[in-house]
Amino acid sequence: MSHVPTELKYTSSHEWARVESDGSITVGITDHAQALLGDLVFVQLPDVGDTFKAGQDTAVVESVKAASDVYAPISGEIIASNDALSQTPELINSAPYSDGWIFKIKPSNTAELAKLLDAETYIKQIG
Amino acid sequence: MIKHTPLYALHQAAGARLVDFAGWEMPIHYGSQLQEHHYVRQDAGMFDVSHMTIIDVLGTGARDFLRYVLANDVDKLAHRGKALYTCMLNDHGGVIDDLIVYFLDVHFYRIVVNAATRDKDLAWLNKQAADFSVGLQERRDLAIIAVQGPNARSKTLPLLPPHLMDEASTLAPFECAEHDHHLVARTGYTGEDGFEIMLPANKAIKLWENLIHAGVHPCGLGARDTLRLEAGLNLYGEDMDETTTPLESNLSWTIAWQPTDRIFIGRAALELQKHHGVKRKLVGLVLEGKGVLRSHQKVKIDHDGEGITTSGSFSPTLGQGIALARIPVSDATHCQVQIRDQWLPAKIVKPPFVRNGKKMFE
Repeated sequence: MSHVPTELKYTSSHEWARVESDGSITVGITDHAQALLGDLVFVQLPDVGDTFKAGQDTAVVESVKAASDVYAPISGEIIASNDALSQTPELINSAPYSDGWIFKIKPSNTAELAKLLDAETYIKQIG
Repeated sequence: MIKHTPLYALHQAAGARLVDFAGWEMPIHYGSQLQEHHYVRQDAGMFDVSHMTIIDVLGTGARDFLRYVLANDVDKLAHRGKALYTCMLNDHGGVIDDLIVYFLDVHFYRIVVNAATRDKDLAWLNKQAADFSVGLQERRDLAIIAVQGPNARSKTLPLLPPHLMDEASTLAPFECAEHDHHLVARTGYTGEDGFEIMLPANKAIKLWENLIHAGVHPCGLGARDTLRLEAGLNLYGEDMDETTTPLESNLSWTIAWQPTDRIFIGRAALELQKHHGVKRKLVGLVLEGKGVLRSHQKVKIDHDGEGITTSGSFSPTLGQGIALARIPVSDATHCQVQIRDQWLPAKIVKPPFVRNGKKMFE
């Protein structure tokens, strides 16, 4: 059974989003998604300063098996990418909700947050 | 109806992730495909490959039949217990399948073909067999376990039936021993030493369990694919098919041109292709930077045109993206591969990438 922390927000495309105290949003892929992909071997990260619209492909995670796009859960500007993933992409497998975070966004429209799924809804969707 | 091998219940109990492979529900991995890959390169792993099709070729015409339907020549098999890798071609020289043929006795050969091509292979073989004194018998009663890795043979030998153990311990590569419906061959699809063992389905479960106790790790078809790719071994349906010839598939070495009076299916077409000059070749690509190569990516060579990757992955041994690619014949040593919206530099090498745990190119 996949781990789905209750304090996070989710997308139907298997990203998680955490609202930080400074208002930025940290994004990663869910435990369910990493398990489906299997061992991750490469992550293509967005550049800091790039801007994305909600739903736009922002990063790519590649396992031995397949490549998968990671979509921005919310519109905004990239303020950080997790460079540790360049050397150790397997952090996404071992710690999808902590060390395996992928990028941070400064949201341009916080109203979009309301469209994200809560844990209960996401669990139903992957169940 | 999806098919299951005799070892299916064991895979389920081991928590394998199971996928549909050519109509068979097979383990893709048991937890970590990468770890399974490393077990085979560094120690010993085993694969359930019972989905593959075993066909016994029997009768006084068996030798003549195989000399006609296979591009390699079973007359190279100097004595019983020798095996040979070969393609089976259509009239145009296209590859219907690749297979290993085992010489078991006078009037008795065994071939092992791919699971995905079973139906068309049997139809083709039966059609060609009409002109020979030969019978074809599919052996669904047998399972196949491939034990591969530097420690595979030493861990397997003590678990074999006593008669077979002695003989199996002295096998050279591409030799096999058979006793009492068990066949042990020193062959494989990983670029490592090891055995492929065919045995009655009801004995396979016990052997699998004993191998686990001996420290051999179950590995899924995922690791089998990255291992064979590193070893530069073609996958039928990806790296070659009926539209490509062995000459375009890095398999010229499997065509037996001598003796010149041996007629085999596809020979005339291959001779014609050679006469006109082979236009394409299958090469290895190594991505210079970070990333993963996949099949069906475009390849661009300065001044020499375009090609396409036929299979690609991340090489767990090398930590780099690698691929097989079909490109125009050229002396180029470098090319560009399209990954998403970028063209990235890659080196052109002659496969294999890895053999017996070692990197094989500069």
